[in-house]
Amino acid sequence: MKRPISKLYVLSAFALVLSACSSDDNGTSEVDEKEVLVRAEVMENYTDVVQANYAAALADAQALQTAIDTFVADPTEVSFEAAKTAWLASRESYGTTEAFRFANGPIDTGDTEDLEGLLNSWPMDEAYVDYVEGDATAGLINDTDATFEITKANLVVKNGEGDTEENVSVGYHAIEFLLWGQDLTDPSEKISGQRPYTDFVDEGTAANQDRRRTYLQVVAALLVDNLQEVVDAWSTSYEATFLALSEKEALNNMLGSIAELSSSELAVERMAVALNNQDQEDEHSCFSDNTHRDIRLNLEGVKNVYTGAYGSVIGLSLADLIAEVDADLASELDTLLAAAETAVNATAIPFDFAIVQGKTGVEGAKVQEAVVALQAFGNKLLEAKTPLEIN
Amino acid sequence: MNLLNSKKKGSRHNLLFKYGMLLLLIVSASCSNTDDYTPLVPEEDEELSGGSATSFIFSPDAFGFSVDGLSLDDQITFGVGNSLFNQSWVTAPASTTARDGLGPFFNARSCSGCHFKDGRGRPPAFEGELAHGLLLRLTLPGIGVNGGTIPDPIYGGQFQDNSIFGIDREGVLSVTYETVVVTYSDGSSVDLQKPIYEMVDLNYGAMNAGVQVSPRVANQMIGLGLLDAIPEAVILSYEDENDVNGDGISGRPNYVYDVNTANLKLGRFGWKANQPTVKQQVAAAFSGDLGITSSLFPEENCNPELNCDEISNGGSPEIPDENLDNVAFYAATLSVPARRDFDNEEVLQGKELFNSINCSGCHIATFETGAYAIDALANQTIRPYTDLLLHDMGDALSDGAPEFRATGNEWRTPPLWGVGLIETVNDHTNLLHDGRARNIEEAILWHGGEAEAIKNSFMALNKEERTKIIAFIETL
Repeated sequence: MKRPISKLYVLSAFALVLSACSSDDNGTSEVDEKEVLVRAEVMENYTDVVQANYAAALADAQALQTAIDTFVADPTEVSFEAAKTAWLASRESYGTTEAFRFANGPIDTGDTEDLEGLLNSWPMDEAYVDYVEGDATAGLINDTDATFEITKANLVVKNGEGDTEENVSVGYHAIEFLLWGQDLTDPSEKISGQRPYTDFVDEGTAANQDRRRTYLQVVAALLVDNLQEVVDAWSTSYEATFLALSEKEALNNMLGSIAELSSSELAVERMAVALNNQDQEDEHSCFSDNTHRDIRLNLEGVKNVYTGAYGSVIGLSLADLIAEVDADLASELDTLLAAAETAVNATAIPFDFAIVQGKTGVEGAKVQEAVVALQAFGNKLLEAKTPLEIN
Repeated sequence: MNLLNSKKKGSRHNLLFKYGMLLLLIVSASCSNTDDYTPLVPEEDEELSGGSATSFIFSPDAFGFSVDGLSLDDQITFGVGNSLFNQSWVTAPASTTARDGLGPFFNARSCSGCHFKDGRGRPPAFEGELAHGLLLRLTLPGIGVNGGTIPDPIYGGQFQDNSIFGIDREGVLSVTYETVVVTYSDGSSVDLQKPIYEMVDLNYGAMNAGVQVSPRVANQMIGLGLLDAIPEAVILSYEDENDVNGDGISGRPNYVYDVNTANLKLGRFGWKANQPTVKQQVAAAFSGDLGITSSLFPEENCNPELNCDEISNGGSPEIPDENLDNVAFYAATLSVPARRDFDNEEVLQGKELFNSINCSGCHIATFETGAYAIDALANQTIRPYTDLLLHDMGDALSDGAPEFRATGNEWRTPPLWGVGLIETVNDHTNLLHDGRARNIEEAILWHGGEAEAIKNSFMALNKEERTKIIAFIETL
């Protein structure tokens, strides 16, 4: 899906102004001849990027659901590994969509504002869902006498119940915990959670294997439902809503959201806080040790929005608009973005190993450098509001 | 579309902007058929409630973003404070030593338990529902240490309806409501709900017969540092204890005990302006609501029935100064969401009505912050819609529980910023100090005392006008 990058050839400001009031556009008094990038095209391309990315995330979530259904029907080591592989794959396409948060769009505002929390809540109090080390009867799965009915509706109600953000019952990270279990090994061992597949086999390990199977299937189905809702929200109404926004508001939503993700949510909430607390609990995907991918994918999502590209979609972008109004700033931003990518890619894998010795450790210092670089890009990006005249 | 207002300049491109403005003046004049009515125009930057400390994300996280312009270290401090704000505290001793020491008595396990998503709490929906952000302060008549309140000798200064394992909680909070009907001059009526508080299933003996009960709901956390940055002289300039200007409004400052400086200081925070600083407000909440001791409030909430020294604690203090400072910094630097639909015609008319009936007599829109320790909050034009002063709100809202200079009838004018986003963030629209009002209209109708005449002016408006005022307040 390629959009041709067209440019508006302005004959006359007067003609344009007139068109606001009348369809009579034969005013041709020459004022200036200058090619001007059409901001509406940047907006249109953004909606293409967003929808292509969500479509990929939905497809990968459906593949995850299929893998989980296969595993639940016949739990074996092989089908268990296949489900885990499918989960990791599903995070690849979802990770970049986080660049569409904080943009006053369907994922976290309006009638569908709860979707982000249903999909991606963290950090998770594992004991809310299943057994943990030291408490074999914890969680909704092992609920006393197994009276809690595991249904989509019931699990949605349980998510964040009691106004406790850590009461995460659904979404990617609930699935992650069910597939990997707690990560109890020392970070230096670089081993993720080691839940045995027999937790899902009748007469296998742990208790309530049937309820665990049901739970896993229900949250996988719910994940697909919720992503479908995001896709539907865009295709049925929000695309039109977004394109009808003033250019100023639309560009502010786009620019502000990736600045927020880069310099605050990613750099601070997901990296710096974990580094300061040296706490695996502050890791985004702590059970699977996949946090390093979350971090890299979030940045990739930022880049996608900035450059107006995802997969085969490519078109006019924020970067183009900034280059038009302030070439120096644009090249500075390109440099900072490349530096952020380099710094993020230099951080150790897995992330819990990278943070375990704090800021002063060899690996911690690299994380800190990445934090600084992400912040520098995000903060510089906000400076573009002035030359773009969208303040 | 009003392109005459420079804030709404089209963002098409420089060219149109350069040549278009002048032409648009001519063209829009010639296009317009309604020359008899001039649409209202927003004031310059009026949507920027927090000045440059304004955020533009209107999701359920709208109250949770840091202000722009913090240094990297400050942003990390904010992030660490945020994680401490959200994390549940646990019973000592625990492996997570940084987060143990809960209780023995408490209302919630985390700050966010009451200030969910940094937002507004509400009364319990049913008897025994815990930690949604309403609590009861307990005092006995008279003036206590440092000019403050006298706590109940058994139940302390606050009723805690939760406790750690092995300790009986103080009891259960019960709220029931009586209907109070208010009728407009156009014949339509509104059912208000008057709360009745009871503490039942008490585990430590009967409540003192003279106890004064003050319900308080958790307020949204936005803009606290900005309020702190308003120069004291500016706040005091609105003081009018004897109503010299004859507008029926007499704002009074509260002066409250500052633990840090050991003297009385202007109160700015809390429903009765009963805390002088953000840090003390935070420390008091850690102490009263979570049972977490700090250097400011080192005493456990215990009671004479228990041997408190035998209950294990999370260290002395349970929250070290560094982390208390992190949370205080976090609380001070939460940004204020921008106003939505501020340029909507009906909203602008609502604003004019709001001012013309003198709601703005106490809910003062605009302040300039002064010099401040946090640069991003200094010298900003902010629009909190408060005067931070105490006003007699009448007997119907009274809690009969004086606090420092505040009488039972007096409450601090609550800032209105963010009020229209509480539903987005917290899924409810409850307002006032105890959440009794279920929406903005009910909150207005509870106003009495100094606000009685203004409320009557509101009630004398027709429905369309009342709707416009409410629509305006919803954009704050």
